[in-house]
Amino acid sequence: MVISNIWYFLSGLTLLSALMVVLAKNPIHSVLYLVFTFFCISGHYVLLNAQFLMAVNIIVYAGAIMVLFLFVIMMFDLKKNQPESKSSLTKLAGSVVAGTLLVLLIALLRKNNLPAPSEVNFKSQTGMVETLGKILYTEYLLPFELISILFFVAMVGAVMLGKREAGDRNF
Amino acid sequence: MDLLSDFFLAKAAFIGIVFAITLGIAAYSTYFERKIAAFMQDRIGPDRAGPFGILQPLADAVKMFMKEDFIPANSNKWLFIAGPCLSMLTALMTSAVVPFGDTVTLGGVTFDLQGIDVNIGILWVFGIVSLGVYGILIGGWASNNKYSLLGAIRAASQNISYELAMGLAIIAILLFTGSLSTKAIVEGQQNGHWNIFYQPLGFIIFLICAFAECNRTPFDLPECETELIGGYHTEYSSMKLGFYLFAEYINMFISGAVMATLYFGGYDYPGIDFVTAQFGNNIAVFVGMGALIGKALLFVFVFMWVRWTLPRFRYDQLMGLGWAGLIPLSMYNVVVTAFGILIGKPFTAGIVGVVLLILGLLIHDQLFVKKKIA
Repeated sequence: MVISNIWYFLSGLTLLSALMVVLAKNPIHSVLYLVFTFFCISGHYVLLNAQFLMAVNIIVYAGAIMVLFLFVIMMFDLKKNQPESKSSLTKLAGSVVAGTLLVLLIALLRKNNLPAPSEVNFKSQTGMVETLGKILYTEYLLPFELISILFFVAMVGAVMLGKREAGDRNF
Repeated sequence: MDLLSDFFLAKAAFIGIVFAITLGIAAYSTYFERKIAAFMQDRIGPDRAGPFGILQPLADAVKMFMKEDFIPANSNKWLFIAGPCLSMLTALMTSAVVPFGDTVTLGGVTFDLQGIDVNIGILWVFGIVSLGVYGILIGGWASNNKYSLLGAIRAASQNISYELAMGLAIIAILLFTGSLSTKAIVEGQQNGHWNIFYQPLGFIIFLICAFAECNRTPFDLPECETELIGGYHTEYSSMKLGFYLFAEYINMFISGAVMATLYFGGYDYPGIDFVTAQFGNNIAVFVGMGALIGKALLFVFVFMWVRWTLPRFRYDQLMGLGWAGLIPLSMYNVVVTAFGILIGKPFTAGIVGVVLLILGLLIHDQLFVKKKIA
């Protein structure tokens, strides 16, 4: 009972802050609302008993990626670089497309009655870091290692892009 | 959860006590910072308020509260206020997972002296540390001042850069313990098997990163007054400035506690069995809590000692040390540690690793670095 109340509160908060990301006029406010949204999602992970995902979500998204977003946006002169307001036709088209997508998604969810998870087979420890690590290093070893190669390539690429050519200015 | 159960009340009281201890130590750190600086520069230091000036933090607090609270006209008002609050919040949140002591039984309630014992303990610390930069970043931007913005941007890039080396140093610790829980890390180090003996290199990397994450000299580039006036807190006054300064001292104490937990056995101290046998379990545990706080205070002293000894780095030196120095070093440390665990001799492997590193550096120096002829 209490847990489901927390779930409703958290979901409402998530939706509200996600909406504010889109609606806020100031890009900095948008980024901060996005950070808050990530916190709400981490809260959902805690409710699902997946503490490891919660911590990683905060470290990677809120702690690193969003700091870089904020970093870049702060460099802009926000007063000069205001995007022009879209014409009313564009706004109308956007609302129609978004509304249709919403209706479709709701219809899809209602059509496929997703089965409720059975309480007998439910394991509370699934999201724990030990279980996750064991699965990653046995069942999904090959995809895991392939992803590490992907990351390595991305890292080398970033270093190559950021490298100063001989004769370039410092900045 | 029953809000009025004895266990819940005991935990709440413990968290309140940790909170009070942290704030008290942070307040008195400002006094000892000035006293140590005075000692190193052959001065007397604060001695007016009370005997030996020990009431100085109180006087400072009163001064901070009484000053004019100024908000610049073109600043973003809410974010300007949110900056120092976020700094304080993230500084105080880390201590939730630091294990201050083993299990005690008081008034029929058995509980352990730790805020929360989650199985991701060290990741929590890491996550909160990575959030710590938001307070500085937001405050610096909201001030609408070029120097504040530059300070904030320096803080952000510095924190992100040094987090990587810090994370890699922690990975070597996790290889030993096999658990992310801070409690398990401390329990693995009981009876003198402190991680510092197995991980001397990892400890040095972690210590340097802790300096950078706390924005302490020699890495206090975000508030470098020769270049940036006051850095990110140029526009701040009154208690908002006080919060920023206070958050720095809290960070120092907490990072000292985390270093004691990871490398110096946490609440372990020599003669713990003797004390348990003589005075019972509870006394032994509380002495252990004192031992942890003592170790943390020792690190606070090291922070101050370094601040008044070393000059500030240049910005490119800071980035060069972080990316080209510490990250390869910590990767080397991870490999050496893993090899040591593989062959079953972690202690020997740690020592041999350090010796090989120094030898390698010496050979590299002799062969490839051109000497300036004086």
